[in-house]
Amino acid sequence: MAAYDWFFDTVGLREWCNASKSEGTMSMADLLAKAKGGASETSWWEVPFPSLDTLNKSCDSVMRTRDFTASIEQAFLGVKDNLKVVLDPITQPLSWMLDGALALFVGTPWWLLIALILMLTYYASRNVLVTIFVAFSFFLLAFIDHYTYAVQTLSIIFVCTILSVLFGVPLGIAMSKSNTFQRFTIPILDMLQTLPSFVYLIPLIFLFSVTESKLYGIAIIMYAIVPVVRLTDLGIRLVDKDVIEAADAFGMTSRQKLFGVEIPLALPNIMAGVNQTIMMALAMVVIASLVSAPGLGTLVLRGIRNLELGVGLVSGFAIVLLAVVLDRVSKASLARINAAQSH
Amino acid sequence: MGMDNVATENTINTAPSAPAKVVIRDLFKIFGSDPKMGLQQVRNGVNKTDLLDQHGQVLGLRDINVEMGEGQITVIMGLSGSGKSTLIRHLNRLIEPTAGEILVDGVDVMSYSATQLRELRQSQMSMVFQKFALLPHRTVLQNAGMAMRIRGDQEDAINAEAAKWLDRVGLQGVGNQYPHQLSGGMQQRVGIARALTSNAPIMLMDEAFSALDPLIRTDMQNLLLELQKDLHKTIVFITHDLDEALKIADHLVILKDGHIVQQGEPQDILLNPSDPYIEDFVGDINRARVLRARSVMEPLVGEPPADAQGQVDHDDTLESIIARSGGDISHGYVVTKDNVPVGTLNMTALLKALVPRISSDSGARNY
Repeated sequence: MAAYDWFFDTVGLREWCNASKSEGTMSMADLLAKAKGGASETSWWEVPFPSLDTLNKSCDSVMRTRDFTASIEQAFLGVKDNLKVVLDPITQPLSWMLDGALALFVGTPWWLLIALILMLTYYASRNVLVTIFVAFSFFLLAFIDHYTYAVQTLSIIFVCTILSVLFGVPLGIAMSKSNTFQRFTIPILDMLQTLPSFVYLIPLIFLFSVTESKLYGIAIIMYAIVPVVRLTDLGIRLVDKDVIEAADAFGMTSRQKLFGVEIPLALPNIMAGVNQTIMMALAMVVIASLVSAPGLGTLVLRGIRNLELGVGLVSGFAIVLLAVVLDRVSKASLARINAAQSH
Repeated sequence: MGMDNVATENTINTAPSAPAKVVIRDLFKIFGSDPKMGLQQVRNGVNKTDLLDQHGQVLGLRDINVEMGEGQITVIMGLSGSGKSTLIRHLNRLIEPTAGEILVDGVDVMSYSATQLRELRQSQMSMVFQKFALLPHRTVLQNAGMAMRIRGDQEDAINAEAAKWLDRVGLQGVGNQYPHQLSGGMQQRVGIARALTSNAPIMLMDEAFSALDPLIRTDMQNLLLELQKDLHKTIVFITHDLDEALKIADHLVILKDGHIVQQGEPQDILLNPSDPYIEDFVGDINRARVLRARSVMEPLVGEPPADAQGQVDHDDTLESIIARSGGDISHGYVVTKDNVPVGTLNMTALLKALVPRISSDSGARNY
């Protein structure tokens, strides 16, 4: 007899248990127990934890853990089609943007794109050393034939960062304005940040086809949006209370206050958030190569899959180089903003 | 804490000679979870300490009644925690009162909608802050023009007006610098220029000079008095410094633990302190420098005496008269106003006025 028979007998649930008795699939343990010819009485020392599987042995009406996971899956699949009807059109522009940016970045001749990137770098950072470093990095990447991969990765980061800022900054502003909203949002942000990146991909794979680029786009944005939201919220909350009071005392509307005082003064923090967002987008785009995101991640994946050590190591190095480039450029422009505001 | 029971009614309330521009009536402010309950308790006579201990509410202001004359400088003086900064923030409703009225030109500000309130702040009341509170990412010129920019005026007009007032407060040629490039005194000049550019008739100054060095502070006080001679703004000035208060006040309000201890003309308060707290307060003051001939003279009856050693103006400080007498206590002077004799002053009366009334309770400072 199983360990928890007494429980169901004493509470009087035996009837309910037997009602759904059926010859379902047996677990290996059940089979073994049957082969041994009936379980011996378990001693108190060996009483198993009353888990779903253990309870099921005593009462067939209790579901087993594998039924439980299966029912979760069923529930998800049940709402999936309805969810898709709503989510598909909403997220479709993301696919277009990702594909468009990819085609644009890859289609532009290398000399033009590198020149544009260097001009942008100099404009953002006003720092000759950083610009030289970026030039060196891109020529190195191109020299070892990783240019196209790097540019693909860059195009995905470009789109995802812009979208993260576009959604993240207003979200952060809303959080800074309402303590209630902040209380509800922070657990979600915590979850997005702590959830292992692979776990994101699982529901997305079911929702969207792996051939669609929005699949990885959503995963990257969800992962990368967190820092810019948090730091926008923090930045606006940290704006000098005296200056806010002065703005109120001179009769600013809340719009004038937001755009004329709060956002400009929170800009160093917001830019620090953007820097973090870029770095997290890069981290995620590598993992997203599992779901067909193009770029350097695919090379890493190839290195792992085929045990091609050299390919894996070189592409890993290329990712580090790209990360350093992105970090230096965004930090240099951040430093420029800080210098303009120091007081 | 027996002092709390001293009635505030026995103040020598010299009503300001000018018509009242701003009137505060029966103002109460209770900070806490249940201000209405706290208000009831305070009206029933519970004092600040008991209110905090027994009901967990903080008494901010109790029964404030002040009339601020048009074109005058009303100084609200008190030590830290006396509620003076809270009081000034009620005038433009940066803080909402628990009960009471705030009348500006006879209209209750409490009845204003959000839009009307913004209008009041944009064009009726400007403010100068202790910590300057300039926008760090805007140039000095842009900061000075802030009020007009908020109102949505033309950019050319804003810059012309801002530059004019920057010149006026002694800041030529720094318009394109940022606030952090200026010294504290210069930053506060920008703060004053910003308030003046708004062209509001009422100016609120919250410990405007407290963060400055003593010398710079004197400069700024002189600047304010000199500006006031031409501009005749209605100024509400908060300070914890009695010397500063006596120097610039037309009407002085002394605040303690959230209620008014005494208010009136500074000279009157100095000569007739209404309770030991004030006596103790004014005891340290250089009275000769503050008191004026008009406060201690005998009004003239008949012809001016022929044996007077000379004439003094009614606004001369006693210090300057002592200097003139060379210390001879037998001297006497004719006091004139606009060169017309209005009173007589002999040195003995002058010296008597210099002796502060000693507080009956030598421990008054401990309140």
